[in-house]
Amino acid sequence: MASVTQPGARTGGFRISKRVLPYVLSLPALLVCIGILIPFFTAVVYSFQRYRLSQPWARQFNWGENYLNFFTDPGFWNTLRISLLYAGVTVGLELLLGLGIALLLQRRSTINNFISIMLLLPLMTAPALAALMWKLMTNPGFGILSYFASLIGLENFRWASSPDTALLTVVLVDIWVYTPFIMILLLAGLRSLPTQPFEAAALDGVPRTFVFFRITLPMLTPYILTATLFRLLDSIQQFDIIYAMTQGGPGDTLTVFQVEAYLNFFQSTNVGRSAALLIILWAITYILSNVFIKNWLRLRERARGEA
Amino acid sequence: MYEKEKDLISAFLRGEVDRRGMLKGLGAAGLTAGTAGTLFNLMSTQALAADFDWKAHSGKSLKLLLNKHPYADAMIANLQTFKDLTGIEVTYDVFPEDVYFDKVTAALSSSSTEYDAFMTGAYMTWTYGPAGWITDLNEWIKDPAKTNPQYGWDDFLPGVKASCAWNGQPGGALGSEDAKQWCIPWGYEQNNLSYNKEMFDKVGVSVPKNLDELLVVAAKLTKDVGGGVYGIGVRGSRSWATIHPGFLSGYANFGQKDLNVSADGKLSAAMSTPESKAFHAKWVQMIQESGPKDWSTYTWYQVGTDLGAGASAMIYDADILGYFMNGGDNKMAGKLAYAPFAANPAASAPTPNIWIWALAMSNFSADKDATWYFLQWATGLEHAIFGATKMDFVNPVRASVWKDEMFRERLNKSYPGYVEMHDISAPGAKIHFTAQPLFFDLTTEWAATLQKMVAKEVPVDEGLDKLAESINRQLAEAGLG
Repeated sequence: MASVTQPGARTGGFRISKRVLPYVLSLPALLVCIGILIPFFTAVVYSFQRYRLSQPWARQFNWGENYLNFFTDPGFWNTLRISLLYAGVTVGLELLLGLGIALLLQRRSTINNFISIMLLLPLMTAPALAALMWKLMTNPGFGILSYFASLIGLENFRWASSPDTALLTVVLVDIWVYTPFIMILLLAGLRSLPTQPFEAAALDGVPRTFVFFRITLPMLTPYILTATLFRLLDSIQQFDIIYAMTQGGPGDTLTVFQVEAYLNFFQSTNVGRSAALLIILWAITYILSNVFIKNWLRLRERARGEA
Repeated sequence: MYEKEKDLISAFLRGEVDRRGMLKGLGAAGLTAGTAGTLFNLMSTQALAADFDWKAHSGKSLKLLLNKHPYADAMIANLQTFKDLTGIEVTYDVFPEDVYFDKVTAALSSSSTEYDAFMTGAYMTWTYGPAGWITDLNEWIKDPAKTNPQYGWDDFLPGVKASCAWNGQPGGALGSEDAKQWCIPWGYEQNNLSYNKEMFDKVGVSVPKNLDELLVVAAKLTKDVGGGVYGIGVRGSRSWATIHPGFLSGYANFGQKDLNVSADGKLSAAMSTPESKAFHAKWVQMIQESGPKDWSTYTWYQVGTDLGAGASAMIYDADILGYFMNGGDNKMAGKLAYAPFAANPAASAPTPNIWIWALAMSNFSADKDATWYFLQWATGLEHAIFGATKMDFVNPVRASVWKDEMFRERLNKSYPGYVEMHDISAPGAKIHFTAQPLFFDLTTEWAATLQKMVAKEVPVDEGLDKLAESINRQLAEAGLG
């Protein structure tokens, strides 16, 4: 007679009751949560302290002074502005380019598959290394991109060395590194769309632009939102590319949140201010995530005919 | 075997024969350089061990945190001598400078016991000392039971030694009576001119004697050398490292300061004076007219490599940077020369700000006495002579090394003007910054302001007024102003 496993699993010679089993199974997830929350709440505590490693005797609770100081600090508002601008510009451009490339490679073929794999190469490059590579390519003396710029009449183009073009330069590097990420997500989305609506549109002779805006884009929107959210969260936390290329300069042109927080912690040993900056950054990413997730859920409901 | 040669080396070690006499004698005895070197190291070790129990910590082990630097290379090359002398095992981690100080901060702020001693800049000790991360070394230096009687603490150049000592009071004078010795100087840099003699001759200009001349000469070099060569290399990245070399050396020469210290010890910004504004205006003009196109990204490495590769005609930066670029496989090796530089026409001599690479003891070291053995050996005369004559351990921080005829001759032969430059500017060489815990915040912001001025984002006067205002606000927030 075949044995039947009874509920209430027997493991290692002892039985775990049905009441306890769910807690045991969720323990790893609980431990991960605790592992995430401890550093987070530690940072929150630090952000409410006057805490410089070089002045340990002066460490004290300061009633949110770190946050209040930001309101009167023009440097902070510049950091907020440049972080949002950087994230907005990079994600916007990467989305357009990524979608364009994905549409070009949509049809399954050997050459398209090969190109899509080749286009992933920048994504395999560490952002800091990519930044250093671009730093060499944009060197006004011997950089190949400076040479190309001179061919189109842009003599002495200073790339990241000029406040006027520093943002453009780091945005270009970001686009080079991360566009393939969006491209590959959207390509996967495009290739997984149902074929029937497109076949029906082709039979009816519907113009391509109409098909794109009325069929492809709406069906692809959940993928677009997902890709945008991932990139936005990454981009607003950008550090490697900006720090490796400009250290936040020239002047205060590129002092984004992560660069400021890094300098505050490692160079100034101002733990309180650094933590406060990161908590504000967390709040911004939390709000942005919420907006995106709510939109994504609404779209999903509409797709199911629930809205 | 080799008894006569040993006697000769012993006589040298006792100071009865100079280095030249010893080497002549060894050469006459038919010793190869290798054998002579081995014999000399052996005798040095014996001499060191004569009056002091170097074996007191035999069998222990230490770990060092080192920056990738010729000073570290020289020490590693000679490390076996220390191991033989003491029986102490030494291991080390070496990190490139880009990440080195972050590694130090991470190790010390976490109270890590991994490292016993580490390389540091003197400025960094203004953070590490008050934070309780490093040890006041006076306790060991002044203890005859723990310090080799031949150590020669008085042999260190006074300005350099004093620059590594601070009482921890914001604005407190370096090297004051109540100062703590946070680190032992190892090697140091004065900031002067290193220039390409060939380019100067080609254009027909002589070495500038002050800032006004520097502007004119640099502009002429930029215009006339050709091939995209620019006149003057100085650092420009958004970092404290932009302020401390040529910039502050010239600034201090005009009698200007970074901060004022009031009678009650309060600090305030001192860079918005008319004299300071005039200096800044000239400095900015110099970069705009004759500096590198991407000056705002320039660090030690770019300034140096441009000079070494022939992309710049001169630098106003660390003398040892010019020294390194005149050797190795640099394109311009052998074509560089050196000159002392007093930016102020009214000044009688240069007043270079100095950068010091030093060794410090971690407060979390498990065995401080053994660590001190390493520190006193690594900063001792024998190792300094070894590094200065056999490796690129320049600039030495001991007066007796600078007096060493062989060392001076070696420099004069391959580095024209270097010794003279050093000797002229050494009396005025010291750290010209005000010691205080916000050093890195304020100097980084100062560098960012310079970048804005050079990019014409802000006029010099307005930029300095804003900088002073911001600095005063930060000092007040930190309870220092």
